Amino acid sequence: MNAQKALRSDLNTIIDWIEPESRVLDLGCGDGTLLDQLKQHRNIHGYGLEINPDQIVECVRKGVNVIEHNMDESLSNFKTDSFDMVVMTQALQAVHYPDHVIDEMLRIGKECIVTFPNFAHWRCRFYLLTKGRMPVSKNLPYTWYNTPNIHLCTFKDFEALCHRKSLSILDRTVIDANANASLASKLMPNLFGETAIYHITRHHE
Amino acid sequence: MSDPKKPVAPSEQEIGVVVPQAQHFDTPLLLQCGKTLPEYEIVYETYGTLNPEKSNAVLICHALSGHHHAAGYHSVDDKRPGWWNACIGPNKPLDTNTFFIVSINNLGGCHGSTGPKSLNPETQKAYGPDFPIVTSKDWVESQARLADLLEIKQWAAVVGGSLGGMQALQWAIDYPERLRHSVVIAAAPILSAQNIAFNEIARKAILSDPEFHGGHYYETDSFPKTGLILARMLGHITYLSDEAMREKFGRELRAGELKFDYDIEFQVESYLNYQGEEFSKNFDANTYLLMTRALDYFDPAAEYNNDLTQALSRAKCRFMVMSFTTDWRFSPERSQEIVDALIEADKEVSYAEIDCPQGHDSFLLDIPRYTALFTAYMDGIAQEINQ
Repeated sequence: MNAQKALRSDLNTIIDWIEPESRVLDLGCGDGTLLDQLKQHRNIHGYGLEINPDQIVECVRKGVNVIEHNMDESLSNFKTDSFDMVVMTQALQAVHYPDHVIDEMLRIGKECIVTFPNFAHWRCRFYLLTKGRMPVSKNLPYTWYNTPNIHLCTFKDFEALCHRKSLSILDRTVIDANANASLASKLMPNLFGETAIYHITRHHE
Repeated sequence: MSDPKKPVAPSEQEIGVVVPQAQHFDTPLLLQCGKTLPEYEIVYETYGTLNPEKSNAVLICHALSGHHHAAGYHSVDDKRPGWWNACIGPNKPLDTNTFFIVSINNLGGCHGSTGPKSLNPETQKAYGPDFPIVTSKDWVESQARLADLLEIKQWAAVVGGSLGGMQALQWAIDYPERLRHSVVIAAAPILSAQNIAFNEIARKAILSDPEFHGGHYYETDSFPKTGLILARMLGHITYLSDEAMREKFGRELRAGELKFDYDIEFQVESYLNYQGEEFSKNFDANTYLLMTRALDYFDPAAEYNNDLTQALSRAKCRFMVMSFTTDWRFSPERSQEIVDALIEADKEVSYAEIDCPQGHDSFLLDIPRYTALFTAYMDGIAQEINQ
């Protein structure tokens, strides 16, 4: 239930940040829920990239445009500035070169929305502190040797990367385990925020 | 008596016995090469029922060696079903419970539609080499004319694999208003030099056969059988993957031991010779020449500044593009070119690269992931029709 709620909350924020009629590219689009919602609520025109065969069938069932494409290989077939928005939800930590993918996202799109799990959440810290082992949680259910999440980071890490790349953060929202933007996660996002949603751009406003 | 196990009877999966139809056209057809066909005949089959709104029609376009007999059996004693029986029938991706499927033998073919072995009305002899070279554009035009006669204003989908997929693409460009979906499988936006090279060797095999007689072999009691066999053997290698051939034949010997001569030693040799021999019994050499040329000439971007994106900008339909990982005749990269152009042209498109060992011929087979995806896409079209 929580995962579903979290997903919806995550999606609602993204939907709010996307202009109607936009051209949207969703990297790692899963079963196409976000693009489907965006089509219904924002009348966007979008494509999703996905490599999981079952998810691709789900997208096709929904009538969502899905392209089988491994974003770890290359995104060079997508033209520069060809999309209004490039979105990547909960996949940044699973790509081989997250910094390169962010560069590519901002080359292809005018703006980007990225969501990822916060490895500095207090539960993770507590797990590591008390057990001395790599944290395993509902959000990050894998063990270190079989996890697809090979580039986990914290909010501070991500913002440091944005700073180093001179990227502008247009919006930032942090949601906690209950998918709420609680007071605690607003005050101390890097400790209480479980998932971050960043809206970034290369152009300084 | 027919084999009770053979699915010639209609069932939950099979359409049973089908009867080809023929349609004569008196209106001359101006071809891309500048020549005109004064009159011609199109042979076709239909499966399923056209709904009263005529909104559930699907056109099947065939590949190089294909024809109108795509599904079902021609008689209860028929040994083999149509060439795409794996995908056409009740509860299959191209579901005959939902769709009215039209499958045409293309002009220039050798299975009933007007082609090189048909009688030239002007000379009262077979056309032979004088039959004009027809292209994908010409085929689309002739298919559109049949659609007019069937009162199908707009296809729910135009579907094809390989050269058939190229026609599905050509339809989207030439008649954007007349289809809602284009399903392009194991195709390419244009042939590569390597593709043309293979076609040239196939043609050379036929043209250099002493029985070819400049294409006028119908008047002799022979035909360029050796050339046609060679052409097919060569083509057949390109339809299979290295992996599939290794799996199927390996280095297995026919006699179990080396004989140290040039007779057929390996199973793969035996297989290719058999396939070539069988093919030569049912296919016309002049048609083979023509079909390979039609492939070479396929270039939908040519009319649009050699810009595929510009060509596809005309399209109004949605696209489903599928490729197969081990297809080296028209590799996934070639399908990706189509997809990239469609995305750049802001068209609705989905693309899947099916991981399977069977090579180019995969599009003809019931491969679980392919079937599931194809079914899901066609189900979406069915839902639109029922809305």
